[in-house]
Amino acid sequence: MQAAVLPSGVISAVQHQDLNRGRLQSARLLPRLRSQFTNRTVVLYTNYSMIDKRVPDLPTALAGVADGATVLIGGFGGAGQPNELIDALIAQGARDLTIVNNNAGNGERGLAALLKARRVKKIVCSFPRQTDSQVFDALYRRGEIELELVPQGNLAERIRAAGAGIGGFFTPTGYGTALAEGKETRQIGGRGHVLETPIHADVALIKAERGDRWGNLVYRKTARNFGPIMAMAARLTVASVREFAELGELDPEHIITPGIFVQRVVRV
Amino acid sequence: MQGLTRDQMAARVARDIPEGACVNLGIGLPTLVANHLPKEREILLHSENGLLGMGPAPAPGAEDMDLINAGKQPVTLLAGGAFFHHADSFAMMRGGHLDICVLGAFQVSERGDLANWHTGAPGAIPAVGGAMDLAIGAKKTYVMMEHQDKSGASKIVPACTYPLTGIACVSRIYTDLAVLDITLDGVLLVEAFNGLSMADIQAVTGVTLIV
Repeated sequence: MQAAVLPSGVISAVQHQDLNRGRLQSARLLPRLRSQFTNRTVVLYTNYSMIDKRVPDLPTALAGVADGATVLIGGFGGAGQPNELIDALIAQGARDLTIVNNNAGNGERGLAALLKARRVKKIVCSFPRQTDSQVFDALYRRGEIELELVPQGNLAERIRAAGAGIGGFFTPTGYGTALAEGKETRQIGGRGHVLETPIHADVALIKAERGDRWGNLVYRKTARNFGPIMAMAARLTVASVREFAELGELDPEHIITPGIFVQRVVRV
Repeated sequence: MQGLTRDQMAARVARDIPEGACVNLGIGLPTLVANHLPKEREILLHSENGLLGMGPAPAPGAEDMDLINAGKQPVTLLAGGAFFHHADSFAMMRGGHLDICVLGAFQVSERGDLANWHTGAPGAIPAVGGAMDLAIGAKKTYVMMEHQDKSGASKIVPACTYPLTGIACVSRIYTDLAVLDITLDGVLLVEAFNGLSMADIQAVTGVTLIV
């Protein structure tokens, strides 16, 4: 990233242009910056003098999600599932999405509602079938949604690998099973391993408990689950929080997701 | 042939979990083991969604749906318990940090292959969750299951016919009839319940037992 050439005092985050349509708040500076970063757009949060990743409302939080995007959605069952962000994604209208979540929707709300709205062409998850996964079940049986089934720990580690810049990893999980078919394998230390690749995403939608204007986040109990690793793995991470914290209010020893991994924070 | 009840099976498994162990109890039958862990033993229960030091179910009215177990039921956290994200939680498994994992099973083969995630039936929607990670992750993987399926067929088999969860990963099997160890020499009968003999157990077991 070439942030060093930006005018003094300007704090920026570089995103792919398609994610940021309608989100540019410093249009005056834009032509000059565009000329410096030919195929990218520099997004300035709120003003030139300070970082502020807080956005005023859910439509702003979801602005720019493109058709065909890969979207990580946090949550394990209901805990940590960012229902408000998912509802806003439904309202935003992006289609042909690839969704990555541990499950494939419960009941009729949240992810299930997104599936029901027919916005999802593919789901990557570990545990789609549940007592209340009727929306997914019906789409799957009709062949109207693609499923990539991934062992839960491999799912988590593939997301983490993307966030950590790892090009893949060998894991013993799944070795010798149907879920490793067609994948490269290797004996390491006398044990069979399977090559798994990172899951990069355009967008991550996660739920946290509190966040500040730099995007630092803390979570609540087991609702943390996929939030920290998904935040790392997407080019645009949107976190919903129950409340905003003042800068410095979150104990730096207790911040779970440093703000560098987060682009937008919205209070719900 | 009269075997143990589900609760008696759980109590038998609980007896073998030592002080200080970090343990993951799978969904279903293994969950019952938690009810039988001796109160005087400090045992840390791990739940794959991100907690270590899981406590019992909360009192009615005190449920917190941000504090749930892998079965998505509300639980509590013991003093000293911790929360962590999913990649760390599975690192605890895959990295060999958990001492014992107890899982249910459709079948276990005589070399310790485990089948417990998918019947492979046509039309069944597959779902794996953490089963494959758990199977190969802990220092010891115990299986807890009925000795025979509903048709009376042995669930201990020469080779699994159901889709595999993991290869050569099971070290011990607790059934309603017996405790059996998977060894390099074969399936070893460790203990038979309710006065059953070696011959009784062998008669309902699909592989040749050793003693």
